Amino acid sequence: MTSTTVAHKPVRWGRVALHVGCLLALLVMLYPLAWLLATSLKPADEVIASLDLLPGHLEWSNYETALAGVNDVSIWRLLGNSLLIAGGAVLGNVISCSLAAYAFARLRFRFRGPLFAFMIATIMLPHHAVLIPQYIIFNQLGLVNTYWPLILPKFLATEAFFVFLIVQFMRGLPRELEEAARIDGCGPFRSFFQVVLPLTRPALITTAIFTFIWTWNDFFTQLIYLFDPDKFTLTLALRSFVDASSTSAFGPMFALSVIALLPIVLFFLAFQRFLVEGMASSGVKG
Amino acid sequence: MTTTAIPPEARHAPAAASKRRPKREREGAAWVFLSPWVLGAIVLTLLPMAVSLYLSFTDYDLFNPPKWVGLRNYVQMFTEDPRYWRSVVTTLTYVVIAVPLQLALALVVALALKGMKRGKGFYRSAFYAPSLLGASMSIALVWRAVFNDGGTVDNLLGTGGWVNRPGWALLAVALLTVWQFGAPMVIFLAGLQQIPAELYEAAAVDGAGKWRQFLSVTVPMLSPVLFFNLVLQTIQAFQVFTPAFAVSAGKGGPADSTLVYTMYLYDRGFVASHMGYASAMAWVLLLVIGIVTAVLFRTSRSWVFYASEGDR
Repeated sequence: MTSTTVAHKPVRWGRVALHVGCLLALLVMLYPLAWLLATSLKPADEVIASLDLLPGHLEWSNYETALAGVNDVSIWRLLGNSLLIAGGAVLGNVISCSLAAYAFARLRFRFRGPLFAFMIATIMLPHHAVLIPQYIIFNQLGLVNTYWPLILPKFLATEAFFVFLIVQFMRGLPRELEEAARIDGCGPFRSFFQVVLPLTRPALITTAIFTFIWTWNDFFTQLIYLFDPDKFTLTLALRSFVDASSTSAFGPMFALSVIALLPIVLFFLAFQRFLVEGMASSGVKG
Repeated sequence: MTTTAIPPEARHAPAAASKRRPKREREGAAWVFLSPWVLGAIVLTLLPMAVSLYLSFTDYDLFNPPKWVGLRNYVQMFTEDPRYWRSVVTTLTYVVIAVPLQLALALVVALALKGMKRGKGFYRSAFYAPSLLGASMSIALVWRAVFNDGGTVDNLLGTGGWVNRPGWALLAVALLTVWQFGAPMVIFLAGLQQIPAELYEAAAVDGAGKWRQFLSVTVPMLSPVLFFNLVLQTIQAFQVFTPAFAVSAGKGGPADSTLVYTMYLYDRGFVASHMGYASAMAWVLLLVIGIVTAVLFRTSRSWVFYASEGDR
C-alpha cells in the first residue's frame, strides 16, 4: 500500500469493496468455527447465557473431561480407532484405485469402454442401494462390529471417484515415457511401478488426503457397523452427546468436537493446495 | 492399431522375434491391474444390488430367513405409510432449497474471486474449508447449538430456536449444506479460468456490457461445469444424513420435519429391523436418483454447451 506506484493510480473502489465483501462473508462463514473453539473453553453457566464469543474465564477442565474419555473408553483408544480406520482406508484406496486407474488409462483390454462407463456410473450410485446387502454379507461373515467392513471395501477400489481422479491425471502424462520404457524392455508392471506411479504422486496424495478426511468424518457407516464403545471412533463417541441436551455436557462435548476436528484442520492447513486443486481438476479436465 | 499393418505371417511370429509382447499377455496384465476393482464391483456392488432387489420383495429381520411377500413392501410404502411420504417430501424440499442456494452462492463467490489479483488463493482456501469440516459430526453439533433456543440465531433474529420448530429445523439443515459451497465454488473457479479472455474482448468490441458478456460468454462457456456441479450436488443432497441426525438428536423431529429419506431408511432397516422394507426404500431411492440424473442429462442438451462439439 505504501509503494510509490499506488500514488499514481486512482484507488479502485470496486476492488476495495470486493475485498470488504469477501472478508465480511468469511467472517460470517468462519463464525461457527470460532463459536466452537470459544464454547469448548466456556464454563457451563456461560454457554447459553451470553452472546459473547470470548469466555469470561477459560475453562480448561472441559478438555480435561474430554481427554478423560467417553463411556469409560479413553480418548487415546478412540483416537487410535479413528486413525486405524482412516489409515487403512488411505492405504486401500491409494493401492487399489491406482491399479484400476492405470488399466483404464493406459492398457487395452476387452470391454474397456463398457467397464469404464460402469465405473463412472458407480460414482452416482447412492451408497444406500448397496449398504443393506453389504451389511448382511458382512453380518453373515461374522464381521459386523469389527473394522473389516470399514476398511476392506477400500482395498477393492469401491470409491470410483478416486479411480476417475487418477485416470484423469494419468491421461495427462506423456505416453512417450512409457514407450521408451517399453523399448528398454519394461513390461506393464515395471512401467507402472517405475515410470507411471512416481509421476502420479500428486493425484495419489490428493486421493490419500481426501480419503483420510472423508473417512474421518464418516458417520453413517461407522454407526451401523460398530457397537462396542471400545471400538468406537471419535465421531461415534461424539454421537453419545447427540441426545444430551443438558448444558452441563456442552463444554466437554465441544472440547471433544475440537479434538475430533483437529486432524482435519491440520491436514487442511498442510495440504490445502492439493485439496483445492484436486477438487478443481476432478470437475474440469475433460 | 499397428497390428493391421503387419503382414499375417509376422503376426504369428514368436514374441521375442518381433520384440513385441503378445497381445494376450498384455491383456492379461490389464486384468491383473483391474482385479481388485473387478472383485469389488462384483462382490460389493453388483451382488449387493441384486440381493437388495430380492430382499425388497421379502420380509427380513436379519435373524430369520427372508419371507417372500411380493410387492407388499412397495404397496405399504406408497399407500399405507404416511411417514414414508413425509420423508419423501422432506428430502425433496431439502434438495430444492439446498442445492440451488449452494450453487448460486458458489457461482457468485467464484465470479467475485475470478479477476482478483491479490488474495485469491487465500479466499479460495478459506471458503473451501467448510466443505471439508462441515461433513463432520463436530460441526453438525455446533449447528444444533447455534440454531437452538438461546443459540446465536435466536439471539440475533429473535426467531426462537429453529431446531425445535417444524418447518424451520429443515432450513437449518439446508443451511449447513449451503455453508459448504466451497467445493462447487472451486470447480466453478477452475472453469471460469479456462474461458479464453479473447471471447470477452470480442464481446466488448461488439459493444456488449458486463451483464451481456455474462449471459453470452460466461454462462454458455461455464455450462458444462455448472451441469457437473448440479448433478453431483443433487445426487449428494438426496443422501443427506449426518446433519439431520445431529440436529434432530437422531429422531428426525420436530414432528418428523427433518426425517430425511436416508434417516427413515436407517430407522426402518437398522432400528426396526425391517430389512426388506429398507431395501425397497433403497431401490426406490436408486430409481429416483437415476431418473433425476437422466432428466438432468436430457434437459442439459438444450442448455449445456460443449466448446469441442464443433470438432466432432
